[in-house]
Amino acid sequence: MVLVIVLIVLIVGSVLFHFLSPWYLTPIASNWGMIDDTLTITFIVCGFVFVAINSFMVYAIYKYRYRKDRRAEYEPENKKLEWWLTAFTTVGVIAMLAPGLFVWAKYVEVPEDAMLVEAIGQQWNWTYRYPGADGVLGTVDTRNINGTNPFGLDLDDPNGQDDILVSGPEVHLPIGGPVKMLLRSKDVLHDFYVPQIRAKMDLVPGMITYFWFTPTKNGEYDVLCAELCGSGHYNMRSRMVVEDENDFQAWLQTQPTFAQMLAGAGSTSGGSLIEQGEQLARNQGCIACHSLDGSAGVGPTWKGLVGKNEILVDGSSVLVDDDYLKESIVNPNAKLVKGYAPIMPPAQLTEDQLDALMAYLKSASG
Amino acid sequence: MALTDVTHDAQDFVPPAEVAEEELYHPKTWLGKYVFSQDAKIIALQYSITAMGVGLLALVLSVLMRVQLAWPGAVSFITPDAYIQFVTMHGMIMVIYLLTALFLGGFGNYLIPLMVGARDMVFPYVNMISYWIYLLAVLVLLASFFTPGGPTGSGWTLYPPQAILPGTPGSGWGITLMCISLGIFVVGFTMGGLNYVVTVLQARARGMTLMRMPLTVWAIFTATILALLAFPALLVSAIMMSLDNLLGTSYFMPAIISLGQQLDHSGGSPVLFQHLFWFFGHPEVYIVALPAFGIVSELLSVHARKNIFGYRLMVWAIVVIGGLSFVVWAHHMYVSGMNPYFGFFFATTTLIIAVPTAIKVYNWVLTLWRGNIRLTVPMLFAIGFVFTFINGGLTGIFLGNVIVDVPLSDTYFVVAHFHMVMAVSPILAVFGAVYHWYPKITGRMLNDGMGKFHFWVTFVGLYCIYYPMHYLGIMGVPRRYFANEGSNGLPDWIPESAQMVNVGITIAAICVASTQLVFLYNLYHSATRGKPSGGNPWGATTLEWQTSDTPPTHGNFGKELPSVYRWAYDYSVPGAEEDFIPQNVPASKKTGQAT
Repeated sequence: MVLVIVLIVLIVGSVLFHFLSPWYLTPIASNWGMIDDTLTITFIVCGFVFVAINSFMVYAIYKYRYRKDRRAEYEPENKKLEWWLTAFTTVGVIAMLAPGLFVWAKYVEVPEDAMLVEAIGQQWNWTYRYPGADGVLGTVDTRNINGTNPFGLDLDDPNGQDDILVSGPEVHLPIGGPVKMLLRSKDVLHDFYVPQIRAKMDLVPGMITYFWFTPTKNGEYDVLCAELCGSGHYNMRSRMVVEDENDFQAWLQTQPTFAQMLAGAGSTSGGSLIEQGEQLARNQGCIACHSLDGSAGVGPTWKGLVGKNEILVDGSSVLVDDDYLKESIVNPNAKLVKGYAPIMPPAQLTEDQLDALMAYLKSASG
Repeated sequence: MALTDVTHDAQDFVPPAEVAEEELYHPKTWLGKYVFSQDAKIIALQYSITAMGVGLLALVLSVLMRVQLAWPGAVSFITPDAYIQFVTMHGMIMVIYLLTALFLGGFGNYLIPLMVGARDMVFPYVNMISYWIYLLAVLVLLASFFTPGGPTGSGWTLYPPQAILPGTPGSGWGITLMCISLGIFVVGFTMGGLNYVVTVLQARARGMTLMRMPLTVWAIFTATILALLAFPALLVSAIMMSLDNLLGTSYFMPAIISLGQQLDHSGGSPVLFQHLFWFFGHPEVYIVALPAFGIVSELLSVHARKNIFGYRLMVWAIVVIGGLSFVVWAHHMYVSGMNPYFGFFFATTTLIIAVPTAIKVYNWVLTLWRGNIRLTVPMLFAIGFVFTFINGGLTGIFLGNVIVDVPLSDTYFVVAHFHMVMAVSPILAVFGAVYHWYPKITGRMLNDGMGKFHFWVTFVGLYCIYYPMHYLGIMGVPRRYFANEGSNGLPDWIPESAQMVNVGITIAAICVASTQLVFLYNLYHSATRGKPSGGNPWGATTLEWQTSDTPPTHGNFGKELPSVYRWAYDYSVPGAEEDFIPQNVPASKKTGQAT
């Protein structure tokens, strides 16, 4: 009867684990409490079925264990019982499906007053765009994307001139109002994922996808990518900051519009050269691939990089000095280090930015 | 008598055959008998051994992934690229090259002709070719490990654009060989699949009506039809993606700027690929699950010494599940960016599937009720299947119900769910089946002690791996991550304790994986030193246990093919001498001895 005992332990253990587990939903920070409620209903119905059927099975195994002198009953069918079970199951299914579809109907209907924010994904970082004073996002096309127009806006579209472009690692949102997240990808599939808001959606190149939510709790939240997007997928990170309207507006003022960006105003804030470089490294997504602590990554770590001799793919070796680093930032595949794939995009930086990045890189190298 | 009549009442007379038997081609050389064999039983073994061999590789890959997740960076050759390559190859090998090949090519080949009372598959030569094409597909797949850039790392779903862009490992040779291998596999499978279907429809023994067939045959038959209809969608998506990759077409490729480079593609749709892939991918779940359903129905009935409960409903459930499996595919795409209104339709169809599936579970459990349950090793595995299938089936309701799926999709909840339902439970069914039919294949029993040890570690270990994993997913831990803590730090909502769960899961995984060596040794050891089993060690009713020789010779049934007088589940019939009456025993004889 080991089997009976083990099965009972597994049933009881599963239920206890559920209630005692410290690993459960993150505290919710959006209006989607109804998703959690639907999840709870599903847990109740399924939990009941799990315990009921398995207990019945365990009881049957115990009660009808093999005895030489016994014969099994011969009962090919029992129509009445089978119909009852079918009906019972149908009711259970409806009890879960109906609330689910009810909430889904809300999920697909975006409130008309929702604020627009566009999240743009690329391997392996995030940028954002706000519609600016006119409330309309300018048209975009992947074909327009280049070093001076990284967001791919249409230069001739007046709606785009006042769009606010955020190359930084943070997206800010005001608390309490509905937000329609428009999602756009430059290259492959991504997924804008903040567990605390429950809602998520893929970014698909060639189309604009969306979802909506209302932030309900001030704070900072990690933004992750939830759709496999290549080597740096696990490091594709950003921060979502939910704050009061005034703080949000103040932050928004510090971000450049498209017109300003074209006029040459960079998004780097003040601070020392090294601090500027650090911000660039985050904005450009460098550290998605290059670790700062020596751990393995998609690209070589920056720790201890300067002054090191690297073996290249052609077998020759190179001393990592200023010239080599600059060349590798601007033209990464010219001298590729052995063991790494030629997948780093050439960075589009001004001389000043390059100096700042170099300064940071050297300080990170230690 | 109409083919669909169910009669639990046995008969005394079946009409004579209308067509004379055709003599099989008997091989004259050793090579023709054991290598280029046209005997379905040998082909079945070839399929099974190849599938298990490549499955072992996929098992090792999964252990490597688990080691990285528990102790990040501990093994230096597991780089971020290698990790997602392991993810991809593990998934694809397990789903296609192991489970599909093993259930249909392995069990289908061995059991269909024997269980329906046929001499062999109807097209033995094509059947042989089918295996060699499958082997070629496996070799092409394995070759991708040795190409520049290695195998593809785009996830087993191979989603474009990333599958063919340089930011993903294996985007050159890897994905090309993967597509070619899948194409070859589909060709080989189609040859085998047509054989299974035609054999069931045309080569059944006299008296074997459709509604007298064992559920194993019904399940493999239905799964094969699903596969014949679903695999073409995979084939065309593999071809279209290869054209995008090699010739620069734009089926799935919109305008893209990849790693700073403008590409020439424009106008294609990545979501189109997902529709094609899942139109194959969802039936694929049932291609794996249905044969497991059938096998478990068989095992529960035989070892509980009781007829399967509600046979007719069981058959209809298989057919209905098979049909519905073609209209639920987009439940894998709730957050893919497709039109969100599709969610209403696909959530509804998906939850409707829960009804016939639940019926199957009820009927398995009710088969045990008032049985006389022998806890043999095959029975232990069958009960393990029911337990884990209930768990995995119920979590499917979470993911099928569109709004509940939103927070859970792309987290470890999904990984835990689909492993429980289409990895753990089918593989337990496979093990049960091997312990059950091994005596027929070799004439010897597998060692009981090793079998029990194998069962306990595998069953309890697998449950300990996947049950806690659901909770990591509910918390939000995303899947397909090389490490939770990358160069941007650990997301602040993942507590340190989550790593404990990962370590625990990995330890359980290592135990389960290494225990499979005991199973392999048992297979090897018992083939020559196992206890002789005789022809029908379990006292089973179906035709494969009534052969004149064990193991059955070429042609399966000796001089005369059996006639079938009753359904497959006459166990513990009141008034009968023994607690089972084989299918080939006429109504007037109520004895357990085969004629």
